[in-house]
Amino acid sequence: MRGVARARWAAGAAVVLLALAACGGGASDRGGRVLTSSWGDPQNPLEPSNTNEVQGGKVLDMIFRGLKRYDPKTGKAENMLAERIETTDSRHFTITVKSGWTFSNGEPVTARSFVDAWNYGASLRNNQKNAHFFSYIEGYDKVHPETGPQTADTLSGLKVTGPRTFTVTLRQKFSTFPDTLGYVAFAPLPRAFFTNRSAWLDKPVGNGPYVVESYTKGAQMTLRKWDAYPGPDKARNDGVTLIVYTDSNTAYTDVLAGNLDLVDDIPAGQLKNVRTDLDGRYINTPAGILQTLVFPHYDPQWRTSGARKVRIGLSMAINREQITRTIFRGTRTPATDWTSPVLGTDGGYKPGLCGSACRYDPAAARRLIQEGGGLPGGQVRITYNADTGSHKQWVDAVCHSINNALGNDKACVGEPVGTFADFRNRIGRHRMTGPFRAGWQMDYPLIQNFLQPLYYTNASSNDGKWSNKTFDRLVDQANAESDTARAIRLFQQAEEVVRDDMAAIPLWYQNGSAGYSARLHDVTLNPFSVPVYDRIRVG
Amino acid sequence: MGRYVVRRLLQMVPVFFGATLLIFLMVNVMGDPIAGLCGDRACDTATAAQLRREFGLDKPLWRQYATYLGNVFTGDFGTAFNGRPVLELMASAFPVTLRLTVVAILFEIVVGITLGVVTGLRRGRPVDTSVLVLTLVVIAVPTFVTGLLLQLLLGVRWGWIRPSVSPDATLGELIVPGLVLASVSLAYVTRLTRTSLVENRRSDYIRTAVAKGLPRRRIVVRHLLRNSLIPVVTFIGTDIGALMGGAIVTERIFNIHGVGYQLYQGILRQNTQTVVGFVTVLVLVFLAANLLVDLLYAVLDPRIRHA
Repeated sequence: MRGVARARWAAGAAVVLLALAACGGGASDRGGRVLTSSWGDPQNPLEPSNTNEVQGGKVLDMIFRGLKRYDPKTGKAENMLAERIETTDSRHFTITVKSGWTFSNGEPVTARSFVDAWNYGASLRNNQKNAHFFSYIEGYDKVHPETGPQTADTLSGLKVTGPRTFTVTLRQKFSTFPDTLGYVAFAPLPRAFFTNRSAWLDKPVGNGPYVVESYTKGAQMTLRKWDAYPGPDKARNDGVTLIVYTDSNTAYTDVLAGNLDLVDDIPAGQLKNVRTDLDGRYINTPAGILQTLVFPHYDPQWRTSGARKVRIGLSMAINREQITRTIFRGTRTPATDWTSPVLGTDGGYKPGLCGSACRYDPAAARRLIQEGGGLPGGQVRITYNADTGSHKQWVDAVCHSINNALGNDKACVGEPVGTFADFRNRIGRHRMTGPFRAGWQMDYPLIQNFLQPLYYTNASSNDGKWSNKTFDRLVDQANAESDTARAIRLFQQAEEVVRDDMAAIPLWYQNGSAGYSARLHDVTLNPFSVPVYDRIRVG
Repeated sequence: MGRYVVRRLLQMVPVFFGATLLIFLMVNVMGDPIAGLCGDRACDTATAAQLRREFGLDKPLWRQYATYLGNVFTGDFGTAFNGRPVLELMASAFPVTLRLTVVAILFEIVVGITLGVVTGLRRGRPVDTSVLVLTLVVIAVPTFVTGLLLQLLLGVRWGWIRPSVSPDATLGELIVPGLVLASVSLAYVTRLTRTSLVENRRSDYIRTAVAKGLPRRRIVVRHLLRNSLIPVVTFIGTDIGALMGGAIVTERIFNIHGVGYQLYQGILRQNTQTVVGFVTVLVLVFLAANLLVDLLYAVLDPRIRHA
C-alpha cells in the first residue's frame, strides 16, 4: 500500500500548488466619480501613427490633443494646440503652436514634438500603419518609397523654424489640409517616446485630459483625470476604467446587471429590446461610416458599355428602407449620397444626390439590367467576411431583395469568406468577379475623405480600381480651391460623376450606438462613434 | 516503471512535431495575415512588405517552420501582431484557464462521482431515474445555452454573481463558469461511474467481501469504487486537455481572458505565432495528462503493472 500513500501525497501537493497559483490579485475598486467602460484589445501597438481602429483610437482620443480637434457634436475642425495655420498658396503652411501646453510628464509641447512625431510616423523603418497620412507632405517618397530602401530619415517638407513654429510643404495643393490635422496620426509625441519606446508603450504619456494610471495589456486600462490639463475640455469625471470584453453581449449583460457603466457597441441581437432594457439610457447617433457595395472595375465583365446600367439597376433593386428597419432596427439610415450626414450640409453632405438610382424601384431595376445586357454570368455573388459584424444577415437580405425584384431566385447569392484577413487579401489581389462589401469609416470629417481615397485613380483604398478622368480633374481642382464653399461644390460635382457611373452602390449610413447605467449623465458619441468621455458626468 | 515513462516521453516527440507542423500548415492555408491589419483599406505596399519581412512571412513555408521551431527551443514563441511577445500572452492566459480547469475538474470529481455512486447503489430507484434524466438534459443542452441562461438568471435577474469575470479571475468568480464548463463532462462522469459500479457489484470479489462480513462502507469505498473508477479516471484525464482548449465558448460568455480568448483572437487575426504557440502548449498538456492517467491505473488496480 506504500504506492497508494505516495500517490495520495503527490495528489495533495498538486492541489496545494494549484491553490497557490490561484491566489493573488484582489478586487478592483470602483467608486468616486470614475466610470467603467467596455473596450476591445487594440489591434496594434498604441502609438498614434499606428492606430487605425476604434478601440485604440478611443484611448488616444483621451490622452492626446492635436493641432486641431473635431467638435464632438458638429464635427467641425477647430484649433486646439494650433494658434494659427497660415498659407497663401494652399501648398506651403506655417503652423504656430500655442504656448502653455505640456505633456502630462511636464515636458512642453513644442513645434519639435510635432515634427519628430510626424517624421517617425512617415518613416518606412517604423512600420506605421498610418504612414500614408503623411503622403501629402513633400519628401514622403524618400522616407517611404513604394519599393526599395528609404533614402531619407526625415520629411524634407517639414522644417522647425522656432520653438513654437514649423512649416509644412505639400507635394500638391491641398486647401483643406489644416482640417485633416485633427486626426490622431498627427498628434505630438514627447521625448520619452523616442528614448524608450517600449516603456512608453507600456504606459503611454500624452497631452490630453486623461493620464494612464495603469495598463494591463489585453485586460484593462485605468485612466485618471489630469488635474493640470491646460486645455478647455477638462474631464468632468475623475477617470475612466476601460475593460476589455471579448464579446459585446457580455458587456451589455454587465450594464444590465449594474456591473459596467458604459457599453459603446450594442450587439445586433439586443437591439429590439434595448430601449426597454435600459429605460431610455440608449443613444443611437449618426457616425461617419458609409456601407457600400464595390464593383471590380478591373474585371472586363463589369467594364462593358451596358455594365453601368446593370450597376444602377442593382442599386434600384435593393430595398434599403426595409432592410435598415427590420435588420438594423434603425441603427442604419438608407444612403442617398456617397458621404455621411455627420459632415452636415455645409460640409458637403447632400441628401438625395443619388436621386432615383438609390430609390427602390423593382420594375425600373428589371428594365435597366435587361437593357444593360443582363447580369454578368447570369448571377451576382456578393462577397463578405463572415467572422465579424454579422454581415451575413444583411447580405442575404440584399440578395433576397434583388432576387424578388428580378423575379429570379438565383440572381444574387452571398459569398462568405472565413476571416477578415482573407477577405482583404482577395480584394487586394484584384481577383473579385462580383460586388463586395466595403465599410468606409472616415478619418476626418471632410467630404474629401469620402471621395479621394476611394475613387481617385489608384488611390490607397480604391479597391475596385475605378478610374475616371473627369472625377480626378474635379478632385484636383477642389483641392487647389482655397474657398471652402467652392471646394465643396467641386467635390460634389465629382460625387455626381461617381453617381452617374455607379462606381459603388451606397447602401446605408451607419450609426454609433451606446447604452449606459443610471449613474452617468451627458453621454454622447462623437462622429467617429467614440464616446466623448471628458464630457460624461458621474453620479 | 521508469523505463515505461521514458518510452512514453520519447513517443511524445513525434507527436509534438506532427501537431505543430499540422497547425502551422492549417493557419498558413488561410492566407496572408498582413492584409487584415489595416482595417477596411489596403495596407500601403511598402509597409506591408516590411511587415512581411519582419514576421518572416516572405520566406518559404518550410523555412518559416524551421525558424519557428528553432526559436521555440530557445524559449521564444514569437511576437503577436499587436507587438506583445506570445510568451507574455501565455503567462497571462494559462494561469487563468488553469484555475478554470481546476474548478471544472473538481466539480466533475466531487459532484460527478458522488452522484454516480448514489445512483449506482440505488439502481432503478426514483433517485437513479431522476439523476439519469437530469444528466440527459445537461448533455443535450449546448454549453452556451447553459452559460447564457445561468448568466442571465444568477447575474442579472437575481444578482447573486457578477455576470462577467474580472481581469483577476479569482477562484470565487470562476465557480459558475467552472460549473458551466464542467456540466457536460460532469453528466458523463456520473453515468460512467454509475454503469461501472453496477457492473462490478455483481463480481465475485464483491460477493466474497460481503460473505466475509465486511462493513458496507468498506466494501463500497475500498473494493467497489476503487475498481470502478478506472474508466472514470481515463475520462477525466483526457478531459483536462479538452477543457483547457475547449473553453473558448465559456470564456467568451463570461469574458474570461484565458487560453480560449487568446486562441479566438489569434484565429480571428490570423496570427500564426499565437495560434501555433498556444496549441503547442495545449498538445503538451494533453500528452502529460494522458501519461498521468496511465500511471494512475497502476495505483488503482494492482493487477496493472508498467514494465
